[in-house]
Amino acid sequence: MKHLSEYRDAETARRLAAEIRRTVTRAWAIMEVCGGQTHSIIRNGIDQLLPPEVELIHGPGCPVCVTPLEVIDRALAIAARPGLIFCSFGDMLRVPGSRENLLAVKGRGGDVRVVYSPLDALKIAREHPDREVVFLAIGFETTAPANAMAVKLARERGLANFSMLVSQVLVPPAIEAIMRSPGNRVNAFLAAGHVCSVMGTWQYPTLAERFGVPIVVTGFEPLDLLAGILAAVTQLESGRHELENAYPRVVTERGNEPAQTVIAEVFAPADRVWRGIGPIPGSGWRLAESYREFDAELRFGVGDLRAVESSLCRSGEVLRGSLKPDECPAFGRECTPRTPLGATMVSGEGACAAYYNYGKAHTPGREGGESR
Amino acid sequence: MCLAVPGQVESIHEERGTRMGRVNFGGVVKEVCLAYVPEIAVGDYTIVHVGFAISRIDEASALATLRTFEELGLLDEGLAELSGDESAAAP
Ligand code: SF4
Repeated sequence: MKHLSEYRDAETARRLAAEIRRTVTRAWAIMEVCGGQTHSIIRNGIDQLLPPEVELIHGPGCPVCVTPLEVIDRALAIAARPGLIFCSFGDMLRVPGSRENLLAVKGRGGDVRVVYSPLDALKIAREHPDREVVFLAIGFETTAPANAMAVKLARERGLANFSMLVSQVLVPPAIEAIMRSPGNRVNAFLAAGHVCSVMGTWQYPTLAERFGVPIVVTGFEPLDLLAGILAAVTQLESGRHELENAYPRVVTERGNEPAQTVIAEVFAPADRVWRGIGPIPGSGWRLAESYREFDAELRFGVGDLRAVESSLCRSGEVLRGSLKPDECPAFGRECTPRTPLGATMVSGEGACAAYYNYGKAHTPGREGGESR
Repeated sequence: MCLAVPGQVESIHEERGTRMGRVNFGGVVKEVCLAYVPEIAVGDYTIVHVGFAISRIDEASALATLRTFEELGLLDEGLAELSGDESAAAP
C-alpha cells in the first residue's frame, strides 16, 4: 500500500492548489456528492487551500443522513419484536427516529447487532434457524452489490428466516434533482469515485450534457480531490461541461459488470424519499418482485408506517447545500454528535459531524467569499 | 459504511460455492467476498466495501496517476517562473 501515502503528499497538494488558483477567474460552486469526500475535505483542510472563488458545497451523499425517518421508524418497529435479531451497520444505531433510536431498543433488551457486512447477518441467520434475522440494507451504489448478493445467497442456501429492510439510494437521480431544484447554485459536480467503480461512468455524460454541468469522477485522497477540483475549474473556465474521469486507477466506464448483473437480478428501480430533501423519482432500489419473500417490510407489515420530522433540525438545507452546518442555530448547542438532532450529525460522513469533529466553525458569513 | 478500505489479497478459497478471500488491511486481516472480482489473484490490491471486493487497484495505473501529478508540478513551476506569480506560497 506504499503508493497510497504518495497521494497525500503535501508539496504536490500545494502545487495543485496553486494551479487551481491560477486557473480560476470568477466564483464557482462545486458540489462533492459523497460524504466520504466531505469528510476528507474537512479533515485535510482542502477547503482552506482553495482560492476564495472556489466554494465547495457539501452534497447529500451520506446514506445514513438521507435514509428517511419512515425507514428508521420501520426498523425500530421490527427491531422491537421479541425473539427477532436485527442487524445493521454501526452508524445507523444512533440515528434518531420519530421517538427513539436503535440503541434505545437495544437498551430495552432488543437483540440489535452491529455487523460489518451483510454476510455477517447471513451467518447469524444460519446459526439461529429458529429466529427471524433482519438486515437494514441502506446505502448508495457502493453497498448494493453486497446487499444484493446477501439476498441471492439467502435464497440459494435456503435461509427462510432471513429478510431485508431495503432503502438503497442512487447518485445520478440525486444530481438531476439538485440541478432541477429552484435556486440551485451548483456549477459542477465531483462524482463519487467508489459509486462509479460499481456502476461505471456511462450514466453521466448525458447528465453533464443535459444540464450543462461538468461532472468529474473523483477519489478520496487529498490529492485526488484537488485534482478533481482542478479538472472541474478548468472545464468551467473554458466553458466545457463534460464527464471527466479523474480517478482512472479505480474507475472504468463500464464499472463492475458482475456486480451490476446481480443488482439487476435482485433489485428493481424505485422512487425514494430522501431525508431532508423529499421524494426523488427513480432514485433508489427495492427488492425485485421475484425476491419479495425476503422483504422485511412485507414480512412484518410495517410498509404503511408514516413519520413526521422534527422542526428544529435544518439538515434538509445542509443536504441541499444551501446552509453550512455551523450556520444552523442548533449546531454545537442543542445538537452535537452525543445528542444529535439530525442524521447529518450522527454519521461520521455527515456534514454536521465533519464540521463538529474537526473544529470547523468559521465566522458566519453567508456570501461565500469569506476569508479562509 | 461508504468509506471503502483498500487491502491486499493474502489467500483465496471457496465457501459453499462462493469465492472468498483473506484480505490484509494494513495488518488487520478480514474475510472478504471475491465473487465480483473474478480476475483477482493473491498479492493483488483491491478496494473493499462492506465485505465485498469491488475493484482491483492496478499498480501501473496508480503510478501513471502519480506521474501526471508530477508533470503538473513541473508545469506549475515553469508557469510560476514565467509569470513571477507568487501564489504558489501557502495561504
Ligand atoms: S447541526 Fe444538528 S440540528 Fe443543525 S442541521 Fe445539523 S444535524 Fe440538524
